[in-house]
Amino acid sequence: MKTDLVVRVCMGTGGIAAGGAEVMDAFKKHLRSKGVTARIEKNCTMHKVGCRGLCARDVLVDIVVNDSKTTYQFIKPAMVERIIDEHVINGKPVEEWTVPEDYHLFHNKQVKVVLSDCGSVDPEDIESYLNVKGYDALKQVVTTMSPAETIGVIRQSGLRGRGGAGFPTGTKWEICSKETSEHKYIICNADEGDPGAFMDRSVIEGNPHAVIEGMIIGAYSIGADAGYVYIRAEYPLAVERLKNALKEARKHKFLGKGILGTNFNFDIKIKLGAGAFVCGEETALIASIEGQRGMPRAKPPFPVYKGLWGKPTVINNVETLANVPYIIRKGAEWYSSFGTEKSKGTKVFALTGKIRNSGLIEVPMGIPLREIIYDIGGGIENDKAFKAVQTGGPSGGCIPSHLLDIKVDFESLASVGSIVGSGGMVVLDEGDCMVNIAKFFLQFTQSESCGKCVPCRIGTKRLLEILERITSGKGREGDIELLEDLARDIKATSLCGLGQTAPNPILSTIRYFRDEYEAHITKKKCPAGVCRDLLSYVILAEICKGCGACKKVCPAGAISGEKKQPHTIDADICVRCGACFEACKFRAIGKG
Amino acid sequence: MIDLSINGLPVSVPEGTTILDAARFADIPIPTLCHHPKLTPYGGCRLCIVDVKGINRPVTSCTTPVAAGMEVTTTSPTIEKLRKTILELILSDHPNDCMVCEKAGDCTLQELAYFYGIRENRLDGERRVYAKKDDNPFIERNMEKCILCGKCVRICDEVQGVGAIDIAYRGFNAKVCPPFEKNLDCEFCGQCVSVCPTGALTGKAWGQRGRQKDIKEIETICPYCGCGCSITLHVRRNEVIRVSSREDTLNEGWLCPKGRFGYSFINNAARLKTPLIREEGQLKEATWDEALDFIADRLGKVKAKYGADSIAGLSSARCTNEENYLFQKFMRAAVGTNNVDHCARL
Amino acid sequence: MEKILDKIYKNHKDNEGNIISLLQDIQGELGYIPEDAVVWFSKKLDIPASRFFGIATFYAQFHLQPRGKNVVTTCCGTACHVKGSEKLLNGLVRELGLPEGENTTEDRRFTVEKVNCVGACSIAPVVIVNNKVHGKMTADKLMKEIKHLKEKESED
Repeated sequence: MKTDLVVRVCMGTGGIAAGGAEVMDAFKKHLRSKGVTARIEKNCTMHKVGCRGLCARDVLVDIVVNDSKTTYQFIKPAMVERIIDEHVINGKPVEEWTVPEDYHLFHNKQVKVVLSDCGSVDPEDIESYLNVKGYDALKQVVTTMSPAETIGVIRQSGLRGRGGAGFPTGTKWEICSKETSEHKYIICNADEGDPGAFMDRSVIEGNPHAVIEGMIIGAYSIGADAGYVYIRAEYPLAVERLKNALKEARKHKFLGKGILGTNFNFDIKIKLGAGAFVCGEETALIASIEGQRGMPRAKPPFPVYKGLWGKPTVINNVETLANVPYIIRKGAEWYSSFGTEKSKGTKVFALTGKIRNSGLIEVPMGIPLREIIYDIGGGIENDKAFKAVQTGGPSGGCIPSHLLDIKVDFESLASVGSIVGSGGMVVLDEGDCMVNIAKFFLQFTQSESCGKCVPCRIGTKRLLEILERITSGKGREGDIELLEDLARDIKATSLCGLGQTAPNPILSTIRYFRDEYEAHITKKKCPAGVCRDLLSYVILAEICKGCGACKKVCPAGAISGEKKQPHTIDADICVRCGACFEACKFRAIGKG
Repeated sequence: MIDLSINGLPVSVPEGTTILDAARFADIPIPTLCHHPKLTPYGGCRLCIVDVKGINRPVTSCTTPVAAGMEVTTTSPTIEKLRKTILELILSDHPNDCMVCEKAGDCTLQELAYFYGIRENRLDGERRVYAKKDDNPFIERNMEKCILCGKCVRICDEVQGVGAIDIAYRGFNAKVCPPFEKNLDCEFCGQCVSVCPTGALTGKAWGQRGRQKDIKEIETICPYCGCGCSITLHVRRNEVIRVSSREDTLNEGWLCPKGRFGYSFINNAARLKTPLIREEGQLKEATWDEALDFIADRLGKVKAKYGADSIAGLSSARCTNEENYLFQKFMRAAVGTNNVDHCARL
Repeated sequence: MEKILDKIYKNHKDNEGNIISLLQDIQGELGYIPEDAVVWFSKKLDIPASRFFGIATFYAQFHLQPRGKNVVTTCCGTACHVKGSEKLLNGLVRELGLPEGENTTEDRRFTVEKVNCVGACSIAPVVIVNNKVHGKMTADKLMKEIKHLKEKESED
């Protein structure tokens, strides 16, 4: 039997959490014990691959037999033997475990640039990247193009910063390239701090060389001699793969002295973040790399003029840099053929929350939101009703159902009070309370405020306190107006982006869900049934079978009743934890 | 020189000047709590925000350099409303115990609250409460009154070069403290006290001795050493109750711990006010004439019996240069010896 | 300890480290940032100890107290939040009997921590038990995991 066999096991953070390493081991073991490895020798390869998007179905495994690919989902080590027996040896895929139709729907409407090689290349093997034309763009740039020409291509492509602000990348590079200085720096911002966002983690875990290549091209364009990747320590796997990739890139002379035989010198160091969201802000990030408290400073001067150690510095986000090699290789025109007039190209989003296909997606700018939610995302989990989608994390806003047909690009989202941001998209359903969501984000920004400026340090605390009193039934007449007023003043006066955008989740939820705020304040009710202090639990005597399950789980001892007799809850003792509600098999507990 | 306009007035200042300095140069007031002319601009209190034509959000005038043709507006209903909100926020996390505060009458925060007419605070909420008090000997650190302007941290680092304190923690919990929140253990120069815009940092010895309105300020020279720092004695009912120093003096307002805190001897009951002459083992009060006559007489006798070189004179670093000059002159010309020295040489 | 600190110092010199990387190394070796270590480095490098303290308390990663033998971290990112991370956290606090305001049990066996987002949102809610990521966590699964750890502890 002459066979080419490729086994790809998803081993991003999601894949490993689901048991990817064990699945990989099982393949190795069984392929060897069944003699497959020996028979086809070098034609059998096994790859760890990064995220291909649908982490919710991990462990995902590709089996490629003679170029024909079959993808399996939810694979456990125990299932491996059967796959080898039936599929690899007898040529008949195990249909019941392969991905269903919607897996392909998830991918069909996506356009992959940054993620085009994620999920197929082995992130721990540079050869695998070289096989898909990796580092060709770098070779092209350093041997045939001037820095100005390179910047020209990036400008023409219309690439804008993917970290949130959307500043044109080519312009940033051009300004920095014109500065004269003994040293210049390029920093890759991988301090992906938005809760609900994991684009950068996935890109680094899945294809670290694309980021490195983009960075080297950036360095060449602006004339930088050193680069830093500032990455969260909370991403151990990404750090590991990046370290390994840097080592391999150095071996291949893509980094170091005299890159690819030219006189261009450049190398990259990794700096680990130490757990501060505000360090995503440029000047705070620079302070952190310099080893100080990550407190932002006023701009101007902008980092392109005075950045790291006072030298001109370009800071680009991971996704921005990962776009660069593809743009160079395929051309500015190709890239700008995707997207809208002002927002070119594609954008990676982390689609999560109450959505069926939660995962990592890449779509052309300008795609209608509805297509993301229903075609790619497969609609709402558990057939509940869509309520809103939260974009841009703690700096962003909510987009309600009546705006589902909006296009997803920088300008359109801004027009409805939200932002593209770094690319988090959290889908909310009818069971989510919008006041609670606003409170969640304010808790986050308040605890991440650096404390340097008054509006952010004290203002976000006051916003949170007002939200806390509203959700605990102590809201006062005029609280909504007070929130709006204070929110606007904080936006206008805060020092950095964190404070300037922290009130957005409040303003946006008030804008579209004012009635929910009003219900909390005037009726002392949480329409979604989330806010604990506004809930009451009662046992419906006519349904209760007296099984005692609720009594058993109640942490407060608030439930009493004889066996096989309807039980009751003492509202004075009840702590409204909801444990009884979840424990009751007969739906005999009413919540309201 | 850069030409710009502030509130419609043409102003011309050197390149690199901040909007705040340009406005002050033109005698246009802008409120601020975290700015100090000798320290790195901070931009933390946000009170000095101004509008600049063409920029869609207010900018802090303390951090923004002027540019040619810039049109700055330092006050407008919108700007004043924002400043008022900032002050309300600061006061919502402040003890507001001006009635018993040492700093009342000399407090920038109190002054601003007065001008912005903040009575009831719509933004009341949780306040920082610190149970632990700093047990150092000189500086009263009432950190609940701290507004995190960072001036004390910057002065300790940038001027004094000590770094005894830094901002620790973050967000609402941020606080200025010595390492591991121990008691302050430093040189106690008190530069931090001198720049604090609120009652957070005061002198321990100041407590309940009198407030600004009762104080008579007397300019003098510090007697401790030959540096001759200019100091201001704060005097109430003929008692020195504080010492400070003005920024426009040679020592730029900076003092050492002795100059700033070592003033209690002035009104101390044990202080010598007349010369004392020992008679039969007992010290007795004398007039200056009696004392000087006594010294002249004894020196004359010693010199006659043992020669001039049997006498030595030791003067003090607390004397001025002129006094020390006269002293050596006296030793050399009147006594006739070169045996003269000075404690600062040791 | 002197020996360990010397080693960290040498590494710091060789790699042009800064205070953050120094603190990361100290914590990597000793599990937390002891006051003695800060004082030692402050003298050695002539950097005020206040600077170390300011930085160590600014970043969430640094611990000034020793942590428990087992560290259970609940992710409190947006996706985990809407999928019930708060309930998991409350359950942990109850199960381990953590005193109010503390995150480590008195016997120093368990530390419960929150992390803003580990970026594994599509398998939310996520709990990290001793560095291993567990996705799609439920209260039941988590309690089993804790009981398992407790049993293992009492065997040791």
